[in-house]
Amino acid sequence: MSEDTQPILRVEGIVKHYGSRVAVDGVSFELWAGEVLAIVGESGSGKTTLLNAVAARARPDGGRVSFLTRHEGVVDVHAMSEAQRRLLARTDWGYVHQDAVQGLRMNVSAGANVGERLMALGERHYGRIRNEAASWLERVEMDVTRIDDTPATFSGGMRQRLQIARNLVTRPRLVFMDEPTSGLDVSVQAKLLDLLRSLTRGLSLAAIVVTHDLAVARLLAHRMVVMKDGRVVETGLTDQVLDDPQHPYTQLLVSSVLQP
Amino acid sequence: MNHAETLLPALRVAGLSKRFTLHNQGGVELPVLEGVTLDAFRGECLALDGPSGAGKSTLLKLIYANYRASAGSIRVRRTSAAAEVDVTTADPRTLLALRRDTIGYVSQFLRTVPRVGALDVVAEPLLGTADADTSALRDAHRKAQELLLRLRIPQRLWHVPPATFSGGEQQRINIARSFIRSWPVLLLDEPTASLDADNCSTVVSLIDEARARGAAVIGIFHDARVRERVATRVIDMERFQPRPGSR
Repeated sequence: MSEDTQPILRVEGIVKHYGSRVAVDGVSFELWAGEVLAIVGESGSGKTTLLNAVAARARPDGGRVSFLTRHEGVVDVHAMSEAQRRLLARTDWGYVHQDAVQGLRMNVSAGANVGERLMALGERHYGRIRNEAASWLERVEMDVTRIDDTPATFSGGMRQRLQIARNLVTRPRLVFMDEPTSGLDVSVQAKLLDLLRSLTRGLSLAAIVVTHDLAVARLLAHRMVVMKDGRVVETGLTDQVLDDPQHPYTQLLVSSVLQP
Repeated sequence: MNHAETLLPALRVAGLSKRFTLHNQGGVELPVLEGVTLDAFRGECLALDGPSGAGKSTLLKLIYANYRASAGSIRVRRTSAAAEVDVTTADPRTLLALRRDTIGYVSQFLRTVPRVGALDVVAEPLLGTADADTSALRDAHRKAQELLLRLRIPQRLWHVPPATFSGGEQQRINIARSFIRSWPVLLLDEPTASLDADNCSTVVSLIDEARARGAAVIGIFHDARVRERVATRVIDMERFQPRPGSR
C-alpha cells in the first residue's frame, strides 16, 4: 500500500502510568507522509511521555503504535525485537532532543557525529562519509571548517543544528522533536525554526513536534493536538486551533500568550 | 445569466451559522452569523456588504476553514474531483488539499516567514511542498516576477524578506501570492485597503482576469468605487445577522 492511501503512523489508545498517576490516558492520532503535527500543552500535560511512547523509547502500558515501513508494510513498533527497533530508530526515524547533549556524542568530531548513522547502515568508505557529513553541515548552515571540532566547543544553537544533521543524514521519513528550540536565545531560536521549516517542507518529512510554544506550532505544524492531564482536549488544523479555539483550556492557552 | 447544466456552483453555502463561546468569560456566547445561504458561480465576483461587525471577514474565514462553523454547510467543488467537499466536516488532510488546489485567500495582513525573500514568498503556492525541480522553480519565479512588476514592487526588494516592508508593500506581496495560481475559489479580505490608486486599479484588473479564467471570487471591498467596479453581485450581510435573543 502506498503512502497516499494510509497514514505512515497510527497511534491508538496509548496509556502510560507512573505508579498510580496516569500520565497519558488513551491518546490516538494518525500522521500522514509529509505532515507535521504539533503536540502542545503545559508541563505535566503528558506530551513528552506520549512522544517517548510513540517513538518506542519507552513501553506504554496500553495501546498500539503502527508504522508504515518502506519495504515491509505496517509494523507494530512495540512488538518488534529490540534489534529491529534500533535499526528503525537509526534509519527511517529521527529523534531531536531538547538538550542536544543527549542526542550527540560530545567527545567525537562533528563529522563523526553525522557519519555515525551512515556507518550503522554499512557505509565504510571514509571519503564518502566525510563528504556526506560536510554536505549536511552545510544544509543546516554550519561552518564546514568546524567538521573536525567536537560539539563540546559549540554554542547551543550549533549543537542543535548538528543534532538535526545527524538525524537527517539517513533521510528518515519520520522525525520526533522534543522542544527543539527551547533553551536557546530568541534570535537563535528564530533561525533554527526557519531551518526546521524549510527542511521539513523540502524533504517532505513527517514530524511530531512536542512544544509548549504556540508560535513554534504556528510556524512548523500543519496540524495540532492540545493535551491536558494526559488527554487530548482539542485537535485540528494549526490555524483553526489557534484562531478559533473551542475547548476552554485551549482558549486559556491561546489568550495567555503575550503579543509582542 | 444563462446557466448551462454543466455550470454548477463553485461554492454553495447553506444555513451557515457562527457563534463564539468564550469559556473563560463565564461562557458568554457571541452570535455573529446566522443562516447564511448563498451560491457562487464561476466567473462571478460577490461583494460582501455591511457595516463593521456584520461578519464579513468571519464568513471568509469559515469558507477557508480557519474558523469552524456552528451549523450549516459550505460545499466546494474541487478541481481534481467531481464530488463536492463540505468544508465544515472535511478532515484536516482534505482541508489542506483544498487550500493547495482550490481555495485561495488574501487576508488583510501578511503573516511573514523570517528569512524567506519576497520572490519566494510569492512563488510558494505554485511549488507545493517538496523540493521542486529547476524548471518548475524557474517557471514559478518568472510568474512571481511578472506579478511583482505589475504591483510595482521595486526590484531591489525582490530578494528581501517582506517582514521589513511597509503595510502597503506587504499587502501587495500578499496579493501577488494569491493571484499566482488560478484558484477556482478566491477569497479577498479588503485587498485594496492600503493601496494607492495605481495599485488599486492593478488589483481590479487581476480580479477581472481571475473571473475570466473562471474563478468564483468572494470579497470584502471597503472602497465603494472598487466594489462597484468589480462586483457582479452584492450580498447584503444584514440578512444574516442573528436576531436578538436567538442562538
